Amino acid sequence: MWRRWTSVLRTPLGVAATALTLAVLVLAVVAPMIWTDNANAVDTGNILAGPSGDHWAGTDNLGRDILFRTLVATRLSVELALAATAIAVVAGLVLGTSGFLLGRRAGRLISAGINIAVAFPGILLALFFAVIFGVGATGAVFAIGLAGAPAFGRLTHTLVAGIESRDFVSAARIAGVGRPRILVRHILPNIAEPLVVNATIGAGGALLSFAGLSFLGLGVQQPHYDWGRLLFDGISSIYVNPAAALAPGAAVLLAGLAFNLFGESVAKGLGVGVVGGIPALPPAPPALATEEVSVVEAHHEDTDLVLDVRDLEVTFPGRRGPIRPVRGVSFGVRRGEAVGVVGESGSGKSLTALAVSRLVSETGRVDASRLELLGTDLRASDSRAQRQLLGTSLAMVFQDPMTSFNPTRRMGSQLAEVARHHQGMDRRSALARAVDRLRSVRITEPERRARQYPHEFSGGMRQRAMIGMGLMGTPALIIADEPTTALDVTVQQQVLDLLQAIREADGVALVLISHDVTVVGEVCDRVLVMYAGRIVEDLPAGALATDALHPYTRALVAAVPDMDTDLDQPLAVIPGRPVDPADVPPGCAYAARCPLASARCRTEDPALVDAVPGHRVACWHAGEPIDVEVADREQVRVP
Amino acid sequence: MTLASSVASTSAPRVGVLSHPWVRFGLRRLGRLLVSLWVLVTASFLMIHLIPGDPVRAALGPTAPPALVAARRADMGLDDPLLVQYWHYLQHLFTGDLGTSMISQLPVSQIVSQRLPATLQLALLAFLAAVAVAVPLGVLMGVLTRRGHGRRTELAFTTSSVVVGIVPDFLVGVGLVYVFGVNLGWFPVAGNATPEAYVLPVLSLAIGPAAILARIIRVEMVSVLEADFVRTARAKRLPARAIYLGHALPNALTASLTLGGLLLSAMVAGTVLVENVFAWPGLGSTIVSSILNKDYQVVQAIVLVYGVGVLVVNTLVDVALALIDPRSTIRED
Repeated sequence: MWRRWTSVLRTPLGVAATALTLAVLVLAVVAPMIWTDNANAVDTGNILAGPSGDHWAGTDNLGRDILFRTLVATRLSVELALAATAIAVVAGLVLGTSGFLLGRRAGRLISAGINIAVAFPGILLALFFAVIFGVGATGAVFAIGLAGAPAFGRLTHTLVAGIESRDFVSAARIAGVGRPRILVRHILPNIAEPLVVNATIGAGGALLSFAGLSFLGLGVQQPHYDWGRLLFDGISSIYVNPAAALAPGAAVLLAGLAFNLFGESVAKGLGVGVVGGIPALPPAPPALATEEVSVVEAHHEDTDLVLDVRDLEVTFPGRRGPIRPVRGVSFGVRRGEAVGVVGESGSGKSLTALAVSRLVSETGRVDASRLELLGTDLRASDSRAQRQLLGTSLAMVFQDPMTSFNPTRRMGSQLAEVARHHQGMDRRSALARAVDRLRSVRITEPERRARQYPHEFSGGMRQRAMIGMGLMGTPALIIADEPTTALDVTVQQQVLDLLQAIREADGVALVLISHDVTVVGEVCDRVLVMYAGRIVEDLPAGALATDALHPYTRALVAAVPDMDTDLDQPLAVIPGRPVDPADVPPGCAYAARCPLASARCRTEDPALVDAVPGHRVACWHAGEPIDVEVADREQVRVP
Repeated sequence: MTLASSVASTSAPRVGVLSHPWVRFGLRRLGRLLVSLWVLVTASFLMIHLIPGDPVRAALGPTAPPALVAARRADMGLDDPLLVQYWHYLQHLFTGDLGTSMISQLPVSQIVSQRLPATLQLALLAFLAAVAVAVPLGVLMGVLTRRGHGRRTELAFTTSSVVVGIVPDFLVGVGLVYVFGVNLGWFPVAGNATPEAYVLPVLSLAIGPAAILARIIRVEMVSVLEADFVRTARAKRLPARAIYLGHALPNALTASLTLGGLLLSAMVAGTVLVENVFAWPGLGSTIVSSILNKDYQVVQAIVLVYGVGVLVVNTLVDVALALIDPRSTIRED
């Protein structure tokens, strides 16, 4: 615990707050011992004087030195604040634990009472109690203490409720230990730390509140004085000697800030650690190897390309240098074609989709030697024309339809927005188009549905609405990133059928990203297999089952259970674990897990080359037979 | 959940119009408001009876003749049984009768209605000023310090807003009086006679809450900008303005309002101290002088008015929350 408390010293603000808190505490002890006489010395020749060599902060209406009085007042101010905090914590503990001690019914009543009391600001409660306890220091201590009690009560209640359900408390209860004993032995020690931290912050608050009450004349009464009282006396003569108000004001402020910031810094130290700086990205690397460019030259001659991607790289800054989860990906998608992208999580397939659609978060950098949608270069900076093209010609469907709609806006307006911004439609016709699109994705009663909020839609309906949103423009390409993963099995097929129907009706191209080889095989014409940020195989979907050449593709296909799978045997797996993008080995990234790997694989990275026309593979041992026993020996599942 | 919600749910069976989420939301909030009001009224009634000793004797002073004290006690009904007094108190409240000041002999309702407008103006203006500063500042800071951006800006803003947020309003007031009143002489420092006189009190009340609110909005904005639906909005290629203000802001405000609501009711109560710095002729300066004069009838009434103000603000915040984010009406079911 001490180590964690001292973690406060790691931030400059924490160091300053700690030093200031210690200084205030030392002053509280020492100041009255040294300076009481100076503070009470009456200098009748110097009444209400401004700052001078004798009196640095001037004098009050009896000619007493303001600075000494301010210093001496530290003790009373801190004492009263600590006393009030102690009352608040004790009363809060009683309130907060009474629910646990007295049982459910009484507990509910008390927590309801606490909730009502917490709704009232502290100063109002303090005034209320100040009236009851009477004007003066004692009354004010109780007033501020009790005013703080509901907040501590609620905190304690929350903390107790968190511990109460833990196993060791249940165990103690089953063992027949009484509730008071459980509270003292098991619960209080576990909630002590947050309570102490909050009490420290509370002490800062109490100090400021006390100054407030004394400033109103309701707290400390003459001849005693705390900072608030000095402020109260000083403000009336602020035009004569401003220092008389400013000195105690500054003292209150510094002490209040010190306690408060010290508590906050400790709280932060006990919670999340401070994140260090991350080095910036180096300048863009020079143009990529020419070897691969020539490989995809064939695609470029194809004028039917909707999407043309070459040497795509995505880089993020990392602690130990840049991380490159996508390392040179080249592919094209023709009009109306359905291309599937498969791979384990972390293979870079989703990031490839985000990079192509220019949605990679701003911390990452996207580089490519070519990135074209319908012949328009997407690498250029964000222009209005480019936004309009992407907004109307490219539709995105994301994995989780639950979180992908804005919960505070009606469905209809979220769809209509696209037409309003990109097609310049007015509100009414944009909404009419939205209703029409909802109907086109088979949502019943689209007029009524358009007026509803996302939470009123079911998951499958939301995903269809997301597709409908993509159809607000006239998309040439739909990129769907795991569109069915978050959905119920029974509605997955509906969504896939819908995508298929749109494709057939309008000749829209589809890029379907999935970890599910079966789905991709069913829906798509062509499949890209990704591994460690690269395409390792690009083959017709029909060839997937029998004619795959890359050992990784063959392992993925083999890992899918079918009707003939013997369920008594463990499911087939790919041995080893996926490559960490921060630490990609030299040579073929798959070599470590590959049953065919040779010495060459570990040093030289194979390029993606045509095996037969329309079938590319990046492997030195493409198509070689695999010794099945080797693959089955280890027990790591495909994620 | 709480006593209030259980009261509301028994009065809202799930049939017909009562099962509509908005109706049930309304009933639940009404129930909570009524329970809180009852607690408040009862507390303010009990206040006079919890004061040690005889409040009439305390108000009139030790030299007042016993006959006068006895007569005044009889006037106020202080010799009746407690429940009878409680019943009369409630009856009088419903007719707008808040009793008579023991010091000035004026009807308390008259004192309150004279003083209330000045306090309302102060609180309302300060609230508007705080929101007008905090929302644009919080959104701007959120955008500037979104993930991977502006670490230095974030540190500077967070540190300064924490510090400014801790400074209590009356100390801000003292500082403003010194700088703009004593030194520069730009603004008057007492009363509310001229429009310029509003500047310093409103600022003292608004600065702290504005800093806290801006900080909350920034944090919410940063987390909302990471949300999936913001990615969807970006996928729709909306202009930055539409993404930040149309999609991110309403969601950031929802969470900010929950915490900001407490801040608003604190501002209502903050008028007490600020009014005393600036000799503002409102309820805040009246309650303090009445406490010092032991004019408990007036204190009791003003506590009640402040309490009702806080409850009204809290209820308005809840309703605003429900309008911005309709899920919050459902979430509590």
